[in-house]
Amino acid sequence: MTPAPLAIALNRFGLGARPDEPAPADARRWLLAQFDRYDPRPAVLAAVGPGAPLGAEIRPTGLASRDAARLRANAPATVAPGLAATPPASPMGDDPYQALRRRINDRLRAAVNARLAHALVTPTPFAERLVAFWSNHFAISTEKVPVQAMAPDFEADAIRPHIFGRFADMLLAVERHPAMLFYLDQTGSAGPNSPRAIRVSATRPERRTGLNENLAREILELHTLGVRSGYSQGDVTEFARALTGWAVDEAGRNGTPTTFGFVFREGTHEPGTRTVLGRAYPQAGEAQAAAVLQDLALAPATARHLATKLARHFVADDPPPALVARLSAAFLASGGDLPTLYRTLIDSPEAWQPGLPKFKTPWDWTVSALRGLGRQAPDRLDALPTLRQLGQPIWRPGQPAGFDDLAATWAAPDALFQRLGLAQRFVALAGPGLDARMLGPRLLPGTLSAATAMQLAQAESGPTALALLLVSPEFQRR
Amino acid sequence: MLPRRRFLQFAATGAGAMLVAPHMALATVPGERRFVFVIQRGAADGLATVIPAGDPNYAALRGGLAAASEGGAKLDGTFMLHPALAETARLYAAGEALFVHAAASPYRERSHFDGQNVLETGGTAPYRERDGWLNRLAALMPGGEERAVALAPTLPPALRGRADVTSFAPSGLPEPSDDLLARVGRLYQPDAQLHGLWEAALAARDIAGDRPKGQNPADLGRLAARFLLKPNGPRIAMLETSGWDTHTGQAGRLNGQLRALDTTVAALREGLGPVWRDTVVLVATEFGRTAAANGTGGTDHGTASCAMLLGGAVKGGRVVADWPGLAPGSLYEGRDLRPTAALDEVIAAAAAECFTLDPARVRRAVFGGVPVGRAPEGLIRA
Repeated sequence: MTPAPLAIALNRFGLGARPDEPAPADARRWLLAQFDRYDPRPAVLAAVGPGAPLGAEIRPTGLASRDAARLRANAPATVAPGLAATPPASPMGDDPYQALRRRINDRLRAAVNARLAHALVTPTPFAERLVAFWSNHFAISTEKVPVQAMAPDFEADAIRPHIFGRFADMLLAVERHPAMLFYLDQTGSAGPNSPRAIRVSATRPERRTGLNENLAREILELHTLGVRSGYSQGDVTEFARALTGWAVDEAGRNGTPTTFGFVFREGTHEPGTRTVLGRAYPQAGEAQAAAVLQDLALAPATARHLATKLARHFVADDPPPALVARLSAAFLASGGDLPTLYRTLIDSPEAWQPGLPKFKTPWDWTVSALRGLGRQAPDRLDALPTLRQLGQPIWRPGQPAGFDDLAATWAAPDALFQRLGLAQRFVALAGPGLDARMLGPRLLPGTLSAATAMQLAQAESGPTALALLLVSPEFQRR
Repeated sequence: MLPRRRFLQFAATGAGAMLVAPHMALATVPGERRFVFVIQRGAADGLATVIPAGDPNYAALRGGLAAASEGGAKLDGTFMLHPALAETARLYAAGEALFVHAAASPYRERSHFDGQNVLETGGTAPYRERDGWLNRLAALMPGGEERAVALAPTLPPALRGRADVTSFAPSGLPEPSDDLLARVGRLYQPDAQLHGLWEAALAARDIAGDRPKGQNPADLGRLAARFLLKPNGPRIAMLETSGWDTHTGQAGRLNGQLRALDTTVAALREGLGPVWRDTVVLVATEFGRTAAANGTGGTDHGTASCAMLLGGAVKGGRVVADWPGLAPGSLYEGRDLRPTAALDEVIAAAAAECFTLDPARVRRAVFGGVPVGRAPEGLIRA
């Protein structure tokens, strides 16, 4: 095989080569084999443990309201997402609220480190790219404490088990997940004619209960059909009504144990048939919104939306229309079967064009740099602050659209400077024993330019040469 | 507020007359004027920022949220400022703050991302324009290597485009040696994209000097001031704020958001010193929020909001509004504040007057489309 397809498989579809792993013999076969080798529940991630027990403590300890008040008092409105500080440990005995907040934060950091550790050594890097892709497609953001508690579980439970399954199953798992229900404000939404709303307006008219349309809107706009695909404000509202009752079991007053999992609350569900995009949904209760989701998952607009995003992620900022059409058709013909979609991508000539059309995201760059240096674990590197520094705090994009997937977003002047600083640090942590002149052609087979190779050869020291390799144009793109 | 009649007077046009401002100039040396765009990402609630307390429908629509924002400065017979905006209230009293209410971009749907795209690209529909309006404005400015700076880790869409701009965000990492910087420069020499970005990054380092440790609202304002004070440095800056999407718990969250904004503006004013006299700060968001409170202590995506012009160069001390009212029949689609002022017209006029450029040229070059309605005038001191 020529070097180019090998470099494309490793870098464009994967997470970069490792110096201690043999190069794949056949690029396409290497990618396809990962479908079967994929482990949806790797041990290093499972070791982080479930977030629900932490989540269940939030309300009984009063953290939710107290934390909200604190955040209000010093809300960092003007900083990039991800800069809210962890409360410092108090040397005097600890306030239980702060203690819980810190436990949640510590677990989040541990989970991001575990995610990085897994990405460094995974035998299925293409699958790991897909996990990150879908996790970002269904973005949550950890500004709210309950989301922070459940963010690792969201990816582990709603995304990972489904990346080689049907899109409809992933969609349902995502929208029922507590992290999503909290993030998009579904938990407090109540139908205006639900038993609860009627009772509240009779007994406590000053209290408002009502609909929150945030989740319904973002499902239509971001998760399925895509913006400007023909739905109306009326569809959003009707879908929001169908979703009423979808909530999280977080009551826990009076010492009742809670699961902090999905619960359907009949009392807040808006009774009656709903009409979304011209179709009537007469189902009762929980099944009503599930039926809407099922139809959305298989809609042609959804297929186009997902095909465009997948092609943009792997192939080019402006994906070739023929590729998007082919992916979209494969999605529809297979009833939203994701392996079929990926196979179509791998079999498309557009995906194997030479050149380096994509600028790596901070996550992809960090993972590929550490893999390239042969690191087996993050060790002394703390992944969450590192990624925050680079502008991509994991699970905290600050917006339900997730992180952007365009070169213009990531290739900014300051970003280059940040990457250089980190490259030096990565190299320092990796220690001696690597030679950039040998490593370059190994990590970038067929793509390392003569000009870059010359700069590496002329560097005044081994560490400088390695840092230059990691920030070289060829390494920053894929 | 200005009643409708006076607003039209203020907008000051004869039928079909093409306005040429008396202070228009075709070319100037890099002037002393500074223009800062603070974007509020997430749809800031204009109705809770510049509050129409005198509108008879306001209290009922907002319920408990209305009570939460009592105690702010009274602006005129209709409007009151949110109490968290203490510094802004002082600017207003000094004639250095102007609010344009019921303003909206041409975008009429309710997607944050499309709305921000229209606000930042200056197009008439999402993704119609590829570059940002602030970059096109920078391109109209004479001279200068970097004409604009974004205080952000990545380049916001409003500043993307052909004109040379730079970006800067504080960092906690050790500084690379001069030797390494030079080597990276050689490494990027053959690469058109990275070469340009790298040059911009180095120039930004020179201006920033010692990097501030953390980033808080006050640091952000001070940092922006440092860039804007550099001789022959950028005259345009963009600051990003996020967290305005208050579907729940709005009373407390908005209080924090507005206080942070107020702090940034105060730090910017202090940092600029005498240059504040020549400064225009535009604060704008992609769209507003529903007139009524929702069921979860917040508000949902709406249409018109309120834009601010702050700075010593602003002819302030006024709320400019052709107030549509909040009566059920007056609301846009029965739920939102109806737009009566075109945000892009306001921006074009403010930017043109700020830099003494021909307003018609700025509208054409920066906002592309044919102007709809009358262009506002007299927002900025000559």
